[in-house]
Amino acid sequence: MRTLTLPLSEEDILSLHAGEGVLLSGTIFTARDCAHKRLFALLDAGEPLPVDLETTYIYYAGPCPAPAGKACGSCGPTTAARMNAFAPRLLDLGLAGMIGKGGMSRETREALVRNKKVYFAAVGGAGALCGNAVKKLELVAFGDLLSEAIYKMEVENFPAVVAHDAFGASVYKE
Amino acid sequence: MRTLDTSLISQCVYRLARKAGTTLTPACHALLEKARSTETGAARFALDTLLENERIAAAEQMPVCQDTGMAVVLLELGQDVHLTGAPLAAAVDDGVRRAYADGCFRKSICDPLTRVNTGDNTPAHLHVEMTAGEQVRITFLPKGFGSENMSRLYMLTPAEGRAGIVNSIVETVRIAGSRPCPPVYVGVGIGGAFDSCALLAKKALTREAGSSHPREDVAAIEREALEKINALRIGAQGFGGEVTALGVACEIAPTHIAGLPVAVNVQCHCIRCEKETL
Repeated sequence: MRTLTLPLSEEDILSLHAGEGVLLSGTIFTARDCAHKRLFALLDAGEPLPVDLETTYIYYAGPCPAPAGKACGSCGPTTAARMNAFAPRLLDLGLAGMIGKGGMSRETREALVRNKKVYFAAVGGAGALCGNAVKKLELVAFGDLLSEAIYKMEVENFPAVVAHDAFGASVYKE
Repeated sequence: MRTLDTSLISQCVYRLARKAGTTLTPACHALLEKARSTETGAARFALDTLLENERIAAAEQMPVCQDTGMAVVLLELGQDVHLTGAPLAAAVDDGVRRAYADGCFRKSICDPLTRVNTGDNTPAHLHVEMTAGEQVRITFLPKGFGSENMSRLYMLTPAEGRAGIVNSIVETVRIAGSRPCPPVYVGVGIGGAFDSCALLAKKALTREAGSSHPREDVAAIEREALEKINALRIGAQGFGGEVTALGVACEIAPTHIAGLPVAVNVQCHCIRCEKETL
């Protein structure tokens, strides 16, 4: 399986096609429903975001607490479709890409094409395996949201599939 | 009359929750293995990953899935049992609270409006049913919401009948698509009323995956719905393939002459369910 280091170059992105399996290494940031709402509130108020979108890959996920001796607890992806309300605007503002599970809307896929970005699907339900790929975990923002906060993760060989590529192709039929 | 202190129920809930969070049921494992043998490409990769994940979770006592769920507790209480100690609901919550803390499980319960997390995964979703005898039977089902969100309730007319039931089941899985972590397991309630029908569907999810309803006409609905769901070819994770559902389990109850409620409760491939009798 092809190994990729984040952030991806434009050359990398344009070489990825829907359905291809990859192993991702580098930095990703968790954010799910509540964290996205907070990011949008900051944008609407014209305030700075706690992350630099251009280098941020958002992982739609909320980890379990880390057991002793591990950087992170179980941490598989959550359903990406719930973030369709947020993804197109973030992509247009420069977001580097997303990782989640399940297909996203036409609007999100068009935003991926427009901005030459890729959405990866991790394996939903593979919580322990995905959690073990996280080598370092750090709280970045919204700590009061507990598992829904934004965490910075250093991942190594995190397994994923190219779900929606930069050409508008999708691994899903829907 | 048997006297039982609710601290024993609390301890039982703790044991069941710890095991359920880190283990798939043997029936679920067997169905995933079988699905793996028929798939190729991305769906095969997904199923291989899930089986490897199950092994890691068991070996390292980690949650199989990070969505350790809403703690659904079905408690069958013998009417000859006299409970002493803390109130029953408090005892159940205590077992959940300790299991989710000690197991490093995610706390996923929040206020529906403020979205503030309760911090300990309580309250449990407790259903108590009175039965005959002196025993207490406890079923623990950690229910993830990626799949719960895809569930639907239909208030069909009697004219829609059997075909309407099958269509409702298949339509629910079709609309859910890749979102609920397929291959799914489908619990179906047929009959009862608006509220009890949904509970029947949830109870169906606690039946051994792959088992058939003892009534032949109900079992035939399960078989037909499963065949039509798998013809959708959504496949593991939505990557396409032969196996979109691991099984369909229906439970029935008498209903009103004017209605035909059908509830479809979607469960992801991560079937976690533990039972114990006290």
